[in-house]
Amino acid sequence: MEYINIFIKSIFIDNMIFAFFLGMCSYLAVSKTVKTSAGLGIAVTFVLLITVPVNYLLNKYVLQAGALTWISPSLANVDLSFLSLIMFIAVIAAIVQIVEMVVEKFSPALYNSLGIFLPLIAVNCAVMGGSLFMQQRDYSNVGEVISFSLGSGIGWFLAIVGIAAIREKLRYSHIPPALKGVGITFIITGLMGLAFMSFMGIKL
Amino acid sequence: MSNFSKIFTTPLAKNNPITVQVLGICSCLAVTAQLKPAVVMAISVTVVVALSNLIISCLRNTIPPRVRIIVQLVVVSTLVILVNQVLQAFVYDVSKQLSVYVGLIITNCIVMGRLEAFAMSRKPMESVMDGIGNGLGYGIILVILGFVRELFGSGTLWGYPVMEKLGMYKIGYENNGLVIMAPMALILVGLIIWIQRTKDKELQED
Repeated sequence: MEYINIFIKSIFIDNMIFAFFLGMCSYLAVSKTVKTSAGLGIAVTFVLLITVPVNYLLNKYVLQAGALTWISPSLANVDLSFLSLIMFIAVIAAIVQIVEMVVEKFSPALYNSLGIFLPLIAVNCAVMGGSLFMQQRDYSNVGEVISFSLGSGIGWFLAIVGIAAIREKLRYSHIPPALKGVGITFIITGLMGLAFMSFMGIKL
Repeated sequence: MSNFSKIFTTPLAKNNPITVQVLGICSCLAVTAQLKPAVVMAISVTVVVALSNLIISCLRNTIPPRVRIIVQLVVVSTLVILVNQVLQAFVYDVSKQLSVYVGLIITNCIVMGRLEAFAMSRKPMESVMDGIGNGLGYGIILVILGFVRELFGSGTLWGYPVMEKLGMYKIGYENNGLVIMAPMALILVGLIIWIQRTKDKELQED
């Protein structure tokens, strides 16, 4: 039951885009058509699903204060948590690289449709943010972390597909010239965020 | 020298990282509910962009293009760790407030964007100027947002109760809780973009 709670919570209440503004850059840049944004959403979900649990294990067994006691009790005082930023980003960059190679080898069609976005996921704030929130929130086991990362990914996916659908329709409306493009997208995202805030009252 | 001042001033308005290049939005929206964290964040980002631009620009001829992203990430994350440690040592309360967003400077698109677009192909001095300019351009927007949101959202500025001293509450003024909330920041940035592009017609998209 705990897993489902975390899953629903990370999709709707703690939505990466509307509650924390993570991954905004690619969200604004790639949301012109529904097709490409769905591809990017799936890729981000996938990368989150792998990197966050890996970083969780890394954090729990290597970086935290006293985490190295499983090697020998004499290491109980070692605290490597100041290294967590550089370790997390290294893991993310490496996994994105591996995912890119695997996708290229086994599914060239998907690889071609994702194109440049796949390597750029390494610098997507939502992926790094997932790992940092995981570290901050102290999840108790891997299952919770997996449901958190899957939920965050799906939340991001829904948000980018939603804004892309709205932007496709916007082409037919009369917007003040100075607001066209980025300006109106910001305002729409703000309004969508307000709508998503209605989930906040839900206690799970 | 005019070249330097041009590199320095274009990112402040004409090529502002947030309103024109649309980079680094994530942190800009989340840390601006109050003025103080916004200023601290602006300074941190300026330091990281300027120094990483300098380092990458010095190394630019020795970095193999295939691994450049990883090299850039290592340089940037080292600088961010330093900034994070300094913040925790000297302004602990603000660093708690900024929480994950200091760490997220690593993936702040402004840093990577300037490294890719500028530092990889220019001389070190120019790159430093570009870094400082972009950091300040980002800072200006942050300070505007922080000012508006703190003043209208909680009635204070830098923790000083402005609205209360002005006696606004006595005549029926109420703080607007909506401004502190996250989505309002997006709408405010949208309005800033609107004002800027109304004045500067060249920036309008078709």
